[in-house]
Amino acid sequence: MPKSTQVSLLLGDQMMFKSILTNLLIMLISTFSFANTLKVGLVLDKGGKDDKSFNAAAYLGATKAQKDLKIDLKYVEATDTNAIENLHRSFARKNFDLVIGIGFAQKDAVQKVAAQFPKVKFAIVDGEINAANVRSLLFEEHEGSFLVGALAAMTSKTNSVGFVGGMDIPLIRRFAMGYVAGAKYINPKITTTENYVGVTGEAWNNPAKAKELALAQFAKGADVIYAGAGASNTGVFDAAEDKKKFAIGCDSNQNWIKPGVILTSMLKAVDVAVYDTIKETQEGKFTGGVSRFGLKNKGVDYTLDQYNEKLIPAETRKKLEDIKAKIIAGQIQVPDYYKKK
Amino acid sequence: MKRIIGLILGLCIALSLTLFAGENPLNVFMILMRSAFGSMYDLGLTLSYTTPLIFCGLSVAVGFHAGLFNIGAEGQLTIAVVTAAAVGILFPNIPFPLAPMVAFAAALLAGGLWGWIAGWLRAYRGSHEVIITIMLNFIAAGLASWFTLQIIPNPNSQSPETAVVSPNYMFKDYDLIARRFPDTPANASLVFAIVFAIVMWIFLWKTPWGFALRAVGSNPEAAHRAGISGKRVQMLAMTIAGAMAGCVALSEVLGSTGQYRIGFSPDYGFIGIAVALLANNNPLGIIAAAFLMGALHKGASDLDLETATITRNFSQIIQALIILGVTAQGYWAWISKNKRRKN
Repeated sequence: MPKSTQVSLLLGDQMMFKSILTNLLIMLISTFSFANTLKVGLVLDKGGKDDKSFNAAAYLGATKAQKDLKIDLKYVEATDTNAIENLHRSFARKNFDLVIGIGFAQKDAVQKVAAQFPKVKFAIVDGEINAANVRSLLFEEHEGSFLVGALAAMTSKTNSVGFVGGMDIPLIRRFAMGYVAGAKYINPKITTTENYVGVTGEAWNNPAKAKELALAQFAKGADVIYAGAGASNTGVFDAAEDKKKFAIGCDSNQNWIKPGVILTSMLKAVDVAVYDTIKETQEGKFTGGVSRFGLKNKGVDYTLDQYNEKLIPAETRKKLEDIKAKIIAGQIQVPDYYKKK
Repeated sequence: MKRIIGLILGLCIALSLTLFAGENPLNVFMILMRSAFGSMYDLGLTLSYTTPLIFCGLSVAVGFHAGLFNIGAEGQLTIAVVTAAAVGILFPNIPFPLAPMVAFAAALLAGGLWGWIAGWLRAYRGSHEVIITIMLNFIAAGLASWFTLQIIPNPNSQSPETAVVSPNYMFKDYDLIARRFPDTPANASLVFAIVFAIVMWIFLWKTPWGFALRAVGSNPEAAHRAGISGKRVQMLAMTIAGAMAGCVALSEVLGSTGQYRIGFSPDYGFIGIAVALLANNNPLGIIAAAFLMGALHKGASDLDLETATITRNFSQIIQALIILGVTAQGYWAWISKNKRRKN
């Protein structure tokens, strides 16, 4: 064999060796970075990510985490009730690190699936589950509702305020109870009306019915209506715009939807809760158990921004802040529907 | 054979649409296959969708054979499922082998009654069954919700659902199919569905009642002259259709969840129409068509997770194009016949 071929063979061997090495390196790096990317699954409730309210807040928090923290985010919307469990299970089976269920309706599903996949971390909003790998994100909706109830009573000229809830369940009754208590705190003689859009999941996504209810309440004399009905809220806003009255939004900051009509929004910081859960999981600080979000830690609040600052005079603001401080200090006891029973 | 070509054609067109969304059609197809049959778990879910679709497909097909369009399978199955759950909750002390039978009989009766209403109105009042069955769907949903939330709600949950039936109503312990597919709702009712499909085939083609039913469906005037009562046949057909849809109670309440959850059905009754069309109303073909639709439904559920742009609603596009592809066969035959006539 001539020498030159031997050399070239040797060279070829070296080249091959090199390419194998680089391949290995690339593989290593890719597995390394793969292991570092947190895989997060988000299961939204029936309203969907465009409800501008509850699910929108969750989606916002998750997409913010996707942008800031470079996580791998996949989201799905539950179409039928039986699918929720399958969705959680398929996320878990595909080795997602964290699966977040949005809404009370997913409680049973998360409970069942989390027990079967102890290595996968779960979080649930609005449902209380006691398991080491589940974090329950609970909000003190009655506290925030008390605040906007007080604001409604201070704003009302007819001494009559209304509430349009989504689905008639204890969770939404809790909103209503806090709201009514807040209104009565300002004016014990105030008239309050409560209506609910429905009794099934459709109630979260039926703006037409919500509008009818709001119009009926306006006709009966109410001039501020608090809407706690997910994607149905827009119906209440439409009614308020038509009748030149006020509405109060819910869950997300909804002031921007109809400036001048929406007095304020009862903010339920689902976005912050979701974002923080993802962030802590990425940092390896995930813990199970119950996290409560109230006025104290700004988990619920009323909102003030450029869209509604003209609607709330300075003295009202001062009074509201005063009430807020009193609730946090425990001087005002806000009635809680969950504890009533 | 022509149907299979149509099916493949429809599927290909649908998949090539994914190009517009920037996905690789082959990749999408593989995701669909893997998600529908990839593991025992996936297959179990596919089968659990197949079962109610067989029942609903049979329901719609019986109607078609009698010349009636039953869009009411959704309402019929809702009423039946609530009834089965109600029996299970209100009479908790019936012993095991009897209990599921009683609940099932009640479900059949309720579904049958719901179908019979439409059949009776059609036969004696001349109201069109399409309108009637659509409206009965809403009434069924309303009644079921009221009954669920006012009479037999689940005290342990905020979700809109009935309480769980007592355990002697469930045939889980004897369920060999459920044991093969852990963690999925697949259960022995699949066997019932297949048996019912075979019985339905025998009924339609080997019995005088089946003959009468098909005669009224294909030519009511001739059937009338031959001494077949069209009215009675219409009522019979709708009652059987309702009862078939009512069988969903078997797979939903008695086989897996033990309760009625409002909104449990991803429109089984309406997908049932697609199943019947795909199978050309042949009860045995319905088994295959339901399996195909079940696989599509399950397969598409992973599109959300594994592709960037396509959601699981894409399964509806595939469904539609497959039905177009298959039913268009009829037009091809019609066109070629016309050509021959001209020549």
